[in-house]
Amino acid sequence: MTLLIGSLQLGLLYAPMALGIYITFRILNMPDLTVDGSFSLGMACAAVATISGHPFLALFIAIIAGASAGLATGLLHTKLSIHPILAGILVMTGLYTINLAFMGGKANLSLVGSQTIFSAMESMIAVPGGMGKTLLALFICIIIIAILAIVFKTRVGFAIRATGDNEDMVRLSSINANASKCIALSMGNACVALSGALICQYQMFSDVNSGSGMVIIGLASVIIGETIFGRRSVTIGLVSAAVGSILYRIILAFALKIDMFPAYSLKLISAVIVIIALSGPTIKAVIQQNKIRREVNNHLINK
Amino acid sequence: MLDLINVSKTFFAGTINEKKALNSINLHLEPGDFVSIIGSNGAGKSSVFNAISGAFYIDSGAILLDNKNISMMADYKRAYDMGRLMQDPMKGTAPSLTIEENLALAYSRKAHKSFFALNKRDLEYFRELLTRLDLGLEKRMKTKVGNLSGGQRQAVTLLMCTISSPKLLLLDEHTAALDPETAQKILQITRDIVAESKITTMMITHDIRSALALGNRTIMMDEGEIILDIKGEERSKMTIEELLTYYSRERKKQLTDDRILLA
Repeated sequence: MTLLIGSLQLGLLYAPMALGIYITFRILNMPDLTVDGSFSLGMACAAVATISGHPFLALFIAIIAGASAGLATGLLHTKLSIHPILAGILVMTGLYTINLAFMGGKANLSLVGSQTIFSAMESMIAVPGGMGKTLLALFICIIIIAILAIVFKTRVGFAIRATGDNEDMVRLSSINANASKCIALSMGNACVALSGALICQYQMFSDVNSGSGMVIIGLASVIIGETIFGRRSVTIGLVSAAVGSILYRIILAFALKIDMFPAYSLKLISAVIVIIALSGPTIKAVIQQNKIRREVNNHLINK
Repeated sequence: MLDLINVSKTFFAGTINEKKALNSINLHLEPGDFVSIIGSNGAGKSSVFNAISGAFYIDSGAILLDNKNISMMADYKRAYDMGRLMQDPMKGTAPSLTIEENLALAYSRKAHKSFFALNKRDLEYFRELLTRLDLGLEKRMKTKVGNLSGGQRQAVTLLMCTISSPKLLLLDEHTAALDPETAQKILQITRDIVAESKITTMMITHDIRSALALGNRTIMMDEGEIILDIKGEERSKMTIEELLTYYSRERKKQLTDDRILLA
């Protein structure tokens, strides 16, 4: 039970990151590697702000910092025509230094003794059974999904969706596709940084390396969600990404619990999940093709 | 309303592959003109469209739309007053968006301000437009465009291009990828929409018959130049054979495109 609740909490707190990945990977259709950097960026900003006594402000600072990181990637790609993957890697690499600088040159910061949004909430409202953290995480997650779902129903949201689908058509409809890309990247990375800030306050420390591999974890969550809900509307897609994030944590917790894998195998498992999910259709097609080839060959021999 | 003044464009200038796509093109369009453009492959027909719509910037000359110089304007800004339909039905629509979402997106530039992109008033308008297409699409407004046939997609794209009452409509062989029957249907819809809204239109086609049948003016291009520009009586008397003879006499070669020969 503790295991389940722990996974549920982590899943909900990592859900904004999965949502961010969903926006850039699935809606904008752009592999954005800024995420690894902006997750740590959110952590670093939140840690500094929380230690100085502003746990709620910390979340907003993280969101703005993440959005600027996404904007940087967007501008590198659209204004300077750098390949989107490379642009993401460049910003991610640069952010490593910036994150260290924010944390005063230290690789990790402890928040022990500082008030976080979780301790603030528990002191304000008494929730029975220690469910306070879970409810707060759920509340934040639902608000983010609601905001994003609404945004993707506005004209700006439509423009972003169409940009990921058919950029030429967007330009022909007199919409600035480059602006759509920058907005989507900012939104995505703002979500990721918010997730970093929440995790930082949850685990009471910030580590400059904790962002590495986040792209894959987020993508794994999105894919797990899609296998359950299918690829339908954007609103369902957002919900499925969040659910995927929770399921990912539960699967992981059980895999580690039954001692199937050592604790450090987290990232390899994530990578394998993503590889299987992405290669599935291709493998299916190859098997199908081989079957047809065999039949055709046999047919020729029989003649 | 549209003026091209000494418009030139050269690709790969100074290299062995140098190609003069447009060679001092001069063209003046009156409001309400429907111009059909013919010519063999590589004659510069699509380059004219690319220059007008801003897919590339011209090397010299000027492009004026309603006396405003748009030569150096970004493509998406020019698209505010222009609709462009490509040959490939896949190019004009976003496949994972529904019909109504695609229309709403295209309508964004001229629609009333509203918080949500889809609202009742616009949807009623879209339904009315779709009904006029007579393809039954008004009952499938929540269908993803990716699930439509090429002809249906092209019809939706045609609506998207004209929904915001553009000043200029550019049709780039928009029926070439369709089967003859669907092509006829799309041409009919084109004719209806253009006649009703009186949008100034330019249409590239390889089908000389429809080039002469549709619109009020026909232009023939070759090697980046306009070699023939007919309208009025001269045009109504023109036959396909005469056009082909004119071409071979003028350019000392045959029109090799079999689609033209078969037309």
